[in-house]
Amino acid sequence: MTAEQWSIVFNALNIGFVQTLRLFFATLIGAIPLGLLIMFGRRSRFRPLSWLVQGLTWIIRGSPLMIQLLIIYYGPGLAFDWHPWGGGEAGRFSAAAAAFIINYAFYFAEIYRGGIASIPQGQEEAGLVLGMTRTQIFFRVKLLQMVKAIVPPMSNEVITLVKDTSLSRIIALQEVIWAGQKFLKGSNGIAANILPLLCTAVYYLVFNGLLTLLLGRLEKRLSYFK
Amino acid sequence: MMLEVKDIRKSFGKTEILKGIDFEMDQGEVLSIIGSSGSGKTTLLRCLNFLETPDAGRIAVNGETLFDGERPESAGAGELRRKRLHFGLVFQNFNLFPQYTALENVTLANLLLAKQQPDYKQNRRAITERIVAEAHELLRQMGLSDRESNYPHQLSGGQCQRVAIARALALKPDILCFDEPTSALDPELTGEVLRVIRGLAEQHMTMIIVTHEMAFARDVSSRVIFMDNGLVCEQGTPDQIFGHPREERTRQFLLPFIQR
Ligand SMILES: Nc1ncnc2c1ncn2[C@@H]1O[C@H](COP(=O)(O)OP(=O)(O)OP(=O)(O)O)[C@@H](O)[C@H]1O
Ligand SMILES: [Mg+2]
Repeated sequence: MTAEQWSIVFNALNIGFVQTLRLFFATLIGAIPLGLLIMFGRRSRFRPLSWLVQGLTWIIRGSPLMIQLLIIYYGPGLAFDWHPWGGGEAGRFSAAAAAFIINYAFYFAEIYRGGIASIPQGQEEAGLVLGMTRTQIFFRVKLLQMVKAIVPPMSNEVITLVKDTSLSRIIALQEVIWAGQKFLKGSNGIAANILPLLCTAVYYLVFNGLLTLLLGRLEKRLSYFK
Repeated sequence: MMLEVKDIRKSFGKTEILKGIDFEMDQGEVLSIIGSSGSGKTTLLRCLNFLETPDAGRIAVNGETLFDGERPESAGAGELRRKRLHFGLVFQNFNLFPQYTALENVTLANLLLAKQQPDYKQNRRAITERIVAEAHELLRQMGLSDRESNYPHQLSGGQCQRVAIARALALKPDILCFDEPTSALDPELTGEVLRVIRGLAEQHMTMIIVTHEMAFARDVSSRVIFMDNGLVCEQGTPDQIFGHPREERTRQFLLPFIQR
């Protein structure tokens, strides 16, 4: 390929990677708080709610994300002739974001639960005998200890998420893999070529490298206490 | 009478752990509670601090009834917190907050409580300064002035327990309870904690101390309770209990300590 053709390729890949990043950040912004709600549901003293969450956790974690994407995107239309997502790339993005947020929220909820369980009961009791409210104990005592405990497992999930975004290819979201795949059959006046698709891996590698550095820093910042 | 505890009962499931505990305490008394493992000493302290709700009985401090099994009106959370503050509790394993320095551990609860004061908004600076100054003073009393900005993991067990004592004292409880304050410590570190408690006794702090340190209990307390199997088996002055126990159970329990 000529230099000019490479520039066309990278242009296309850049546009695709922006969509990848949008999906990545939308998922984090949605799943981090939703996971907290799910975790509270799982720990609820109201048994039926806890059972419901356990059932959903089994379904969401036990089935492929790719199938969940298909069900969320096509399901409403197939089952109820209802089309909540709208057409075009914007609709595909909303559906993909919804599927990713739900899926990751359930994983995050389990991680949060582990984080809370790792805090000794004595912390809550110490707060109580000091006249603190349960809300104060959660935010002033437990939250930071929980954050510290979940940073390593969350880092794993976040890095997996970067790569998982490529699954949205199944509903034709125009992310970086989709952009690279176009060139397999030839596109934009460039003959069929596999190199653009292979190049997409570099995008993931670089971005995950940056994330690893960032998350490592966070872990270090929280190492001032044990 | 500062503290009246009447017929406190507590069961976990079908096992009755406290079978009707009665005792009273005057201002400035130091009460030691001794007894074999599983006799319900920790459970009793937890009931006094409202970490467990007794099934029956009555707890009153300075004439105010804090708990009455006859009228178990569901106290609101705020009410419960106010009642709790009559008591302080020092745990066996400290339970310091790991993400806060020694000083912050001592000030945290007071700073949060201060926010509820009506004049907090106007006098915020002065209130905060007073709370911090009191914490400095408490830590100085505990011999920890040079450790104020250390985190718990940077402190020895004995230092941690002294921070925990300062933290409990910061809320000015009427009665400070200790649950085996030295049993998580290496033997060479128990002395510094016992010294601090002895100092508090000399200042006439009203205290309930659950302990296995018999020599210390004999020396520091004004009264000793021997608990056995969920009941107060015998109580009296240290000399009575350690020197002339009336009950056979007490004698048997104390045998290994007296022979030493
Ligand atoms: N939350 C609980 N649920 C069930 N059983 C409990 C609970 N807390 C305590 N117990 C039981 O109550 C009994 C008395 O326990 P407690 O901790 O009050 O004894 P203790 O006198 O403090 O003993 P030790 O000297 O070992 O600390 C024990 O048999 C214990 O297993
Ligand atoms: Mg105990």
